[in-house]
Amino acid sequence: MIEFRLPSLGADMDEGMLVAWLVSPGDTVRRGQVVAEVESDKGIIEVECWEDGVVEDLLVTPGPTRLPVGFPLARLRTLDEGTAEEDTPSGPAAAARPEALVAAAPVWPGDEQTIVRHRGPSGPPRVTPPVRHLAHQLGVDLDHVLATGDDGVVRRADIIAARSQAEAGRPRATPMARRVARERGIDLDSILPVRNDGIITSAELTAPAAGVRAAPPPKSRPVGHEVPPVVVKSPPAPQEAPATDKMAAMRAAIARSMARSKREIPHYYLATHVDLGRAMQWLEDENGGRPITRRLLPAVLLLKATALALREVPELNGHWSDDAHHPSADIHLGVAVSLRGGGLVAPAIHHADRLDLDELMEALRDLVGRARTWRIRSSEMSDPTITVTNLGDRGVETTFPVIIPPQVAIVGFGKIADQAVVVDGMIGVHPVVHASLAADHRVTDGHRGGLFLDALVQLLQEPQNL
Amino acid sequence: MTILENAVATTTISYRDAMREAIRDAMLRDDRVFLMGEDVGSYGGCYAVSKGLLEEFGPERVRDTPLSESAFVGAGIGAALGGMRPIVEVMTVNFSLLALDQIVNTAALYLHMSGGQFNVPLVVRMATGAGRQLGAQHSHSLEGWYAHVPGLKVAVPATVEDARWMLATALEDPDPVIIFEHAGLYNTRGEIPAGAGPVDLQRARVRRSGTDISVITHGGSLPKVLAAADALHEEGISAEVLDLRVLRPLDTDAILASVRRTHRVVVVDEGWRSGGISSEVIARIVEGGLWELDAPVARVCTEEVPIPYARHMEEAALPQIPRIVRAAHEVLGA
Amino acid sequence: MSDKEHRQHLLARMLRIRRFEERCAELYQAEKIRGFLHLYIGEEAVAVGALESLTPDDAVVATYREHGHALARGLDPGSIMAEMYGKVEGCSRGRGGSMHLFDAAKRFYGGNAIVGGGLPLGVGLALADRMRGVQRVTAVFFGEGAVAEGEFHEALNLATLWHLPVLFCCENNGYAMGTALYRSESETHLTLKAAAYGMPAWSVDGMDVEAVEAAAHSAATAVRGGGGPHFLEFETYRFRAHSMFDPELYRDKAEVATWKLRDPLVTYRKKLSDEGHLDEAEWQAMEKEVKAEVDEAVSFAEAGTWEAVEDLTRFVHTEAVTG
Repeated sequence: MIEFRLPSLGADMDEGMLVAWLVSPGDTVRRGQVVAEVESDKGIIEVECWEDGVVEDLLVTPGPTRLPVGFPLARLRTLDEGTAEEDTPSGPAAAARPEALVAAAPVWPGDEQTIVRHRGPSGPPRVTPPVRHLAHQLGVDLDHVLATGDDGVVRRADIIAARSQAEAGRPRATPMARRVARERGIDLDSILPVRNDGIITSAELTAPAAGVRAAPPPKSRPVGHEVPPVVVKSPPAPQEAPATDKMAAMRAAIARSMARSKREIPHYYLATHVDLGRAMQWLEDENGGRPITRRLLPAVLLLKATALALREVPELNGHWSDDAHHPSADIHLGVAVSLRGGGLVAPAIHHADRLDLDELMEALRDLVGRARTWRIRSSEMSDPTITVTNLGDRGVETTFPVIIPPQVAIVGFGKIADQAVVVDGMIGVHPVVHASLAADHRVTDGHRGGLFLDALVQLLQEPQNL
Repeated sequence: MTILENAVATTTISYRDAMREAIRDAMLRDDRVFLMGEDVGSYGGCYAVSKGLLEEFGPERVRDTPLSESAFVGAGIGAALGGMRPIVEVMTVNFSLLALDQIVNTAALYLHMSGGQFNVPLVVRMATGAGRQLGAQHSHSLEGWYAHVPGLKVAVPATVEDARWMLATALEDPDPVIIFEHAGLYNTRGEIPAGAGPVDLQRARVRRSGTDISVITHGGSLPKVLAAADALHEEGISAEVLDLRVLRPLDTDAILASVRRTHRVVVVDEGWRSGGISSEVIARIVEGGLWELDAPVARVCTEEVPIPYARHMEEAALPQIPRIVRAAHEVLGA
Repeated sequence: MSDKEHRQHLLARMLRIRRFEERCAELYQAEKIRGFLHLYIGEEAVAVGALESLTPDDAVVATYREHGHALARGLDPGSIMAEMYGKVEGCSRGRGGSMHLFDAAKRFYGGNAIVGGGLPLGVGLALADRMRGVQRVTAVFFGEGAVAEGEFHEALNLATLWHLPVLFCCENNGYAMGTALYRSESETHLTLKAAAYGMPAWSVDGMDVEAVEAAAHSAATAVRGGGGPHFLEFETYRFRAHSMFDPELYRDKAEVATWKLRDPLVTYRKKLSDEGHLDEAEWQAMEKEVKAEVDEAVSFAEAGTWEAVEDLTRFVHTEAVTG
């Protein structure tokens, strides 16, 4: 039996809310398959399961409860196991009985949140006749419903949630949501419903999907995970504009991260200008023969060059933790993407050094699109080994970026603009970009940083090799 | 002050008094106008609307009729054809069923059927609605049925101003107009603004602006809907209340405009839901505003039962404020 | 007008209705006329005799068997025929058909397919006249089947109660569609019913145009003079079926044959002839003239046009305020 636990969602995040299951009991799961959506302060993250198996039991119902990283979310049996008997728990995971799970739930005193319970392996579902009738009407098997009522009683909302989960296929969306989705090219399958009845409304398309109604923030955090007696309350009343709450939460998370960076990381800064004459000419020639949809952006050249330059100075690529540098063999470029409303995320393009320009362009386009609709995977959030921030389109010449912990460097590019340069004693006008590097002085010094920038400059003089 | 002088200044007046004033005003202005119906004269009107009018205008112009709905409604049609401007009062919509043939087969049809020769400038007033433990035969809300028929106009004044001024417009109309007065509204009081005059018989009116949900209703349900909107406001939900005012013609533009503003709808109607006017409102929303709907639609109607006598049962059957609030919650997905 | 002229006038009017109706039957079978068609053949004396007593200012309310009344009232035969053809040149723009002939100028208020439906209407027209102090008569024609409807009783009651100038003309042809009077009425003396509502009531031989005329004249004069509503029962018979679809299973042919012996047209023609008021030549001339009129009506209808479908929604409501 495999226990699927809430994974780490990136630095600075140690808890999340389960927003939706994308699998049901009985589904086969492949390694790397996205099985759930979890919300952190940064937004909705798709969570992958890294094992092959068959879903046996979903242990947690989507809801506003904040779960700690590591919290058991589901049980899977391995592909060669037979169907586990419900009544014969085996292994430490299966030994998690309702009381134990409840005990592990982090309930902060004063929170008004529903409590996740799991119906014990014995006993029929505890259902009142009207709810039983609803289940019958909706074709929901009561044995597969997770009860969230007092004493394990199945609530009406549980039936509806179960039905929503069971409904694979067409997302149920309002006409307006369909229209907006059509107008903006948003795939409704990628949108989470907020309503109890599982219907997607246009609000989910125009703001960071809330997943649930904004729950009141925890009033206090106890040290450790001691749990006071469980209290069940009804869900909070709908709040206005969940979008602004989410945006505020994200800003708060960014604030924490940046403050920590400036507090803990001794930054040093290096900058240089890069003559992009050849690169831009090459790009123009290259794009001339391509249809619009397949044209490359200058950013792609910059990203590729950065990735390749990191091979030459690998100390800038990796993480700082436990007072030590942990270089990474893989180069996962975090790309800073600004969001409507003022937020920022920097998800990773994995193995950016190994992608050709077309692949990199595609990855960039996909990533930016998903980032703006909050469809980032957990691995993308947690894996960047360095971040590249490209503020050039804002008209900034030189950036002085802030390292995103636990990374050890960040590269910034300003705008690409024509400038006077001296080449072979002659003054010419070439497109030039200012590249800057901010790096963790605990790991590297100016010499190493300088080598990186040199490599970057050289790589950009041979665009055909990128 | 006399009633007339009272009416000139801005007044707070009851719906009943407003309707009386409307009839009186019309009869003073136009000799062709007369009132005809059961107990409108000596009795002063079943709901006291015509109290005092017999004394003022005499038996030729305030005519008590025998219990012959078909004959006196038909006579009203004939009188209208013959150059008069009758106001026929059918005591309640419940009894109008006896005159349905005259209304539907004569009044509504004559103009079209005669190729435009015979318009019927008839006004019929009827009380409608439930809520006073009068039993199933005295509690119908059938204005939706009349709204089904081309050739008729169906007005459902819910406010005191509309009660005062819809009649004047109806009397000016060359075609038959039926005015439904919810019996529960007669005692309500409201203000008539200074300088108010004849109101249109075409437009719905937003009685309360809102952004989160549109609650569309008419007639006797309006006070309950406004109260429900207050309750929703306390919860931070901004409900827009649209008073239809006229069921035929239905102000589709106003309905759709409201849906465009809020994207969510509850329709409240004291009629039954099956084939009722609520169905028509929603059909028009789906026809003209489907892509504006951001939530399932909901209706609050009388339960599909004949209205019972026992008070708690009648209350359970009729739309009530908590049901309206609950429906709004469901639409909002709460 | 001399006696002879007048009598020929009555005969010609009956003849015109007869030939018009016969032509309608033929046209119906040729599918020029559709829907329901209720022929007045055999009853001509009633419409002709009764309408003689009305002035152009009086009003006429009739039933679905109203071609004879419409013709006698002076509606243009062409406009009636065109109406039955469904042409826009018809008196009701083709909207009504056989059962709904209307003519505002002639104060001809239809044409009503609801048995008894016209009675309250007629009462209302009379009410308007009374309230406006206008001295004229509203003549309401209805079949004996209508006396079963509540509206009959309500209307008669109201008419007497309010002393209204209505002339109730009951055309008793013995059958309400397929139901003989004696099978549907506990009291078949219709005048008694009217008398029960306090109004003068007579029974008249409806196959005798001069009897009809005399009775109607007498009653109309009384009504016009402020005598309140009056009731006339005309005993008559329709020689053809209720409508074109009726196989007449409810009466036997012998009865029809018996009544045909009293054909108002035949008997009146004979009477005039016997009394020297009509010779063969005059009769032929009359026939010829009537034929020409009917032919012209048919030609007019044939040449007529169809109302534009775009106009479908016109006249649901009044377009210009008529005041």
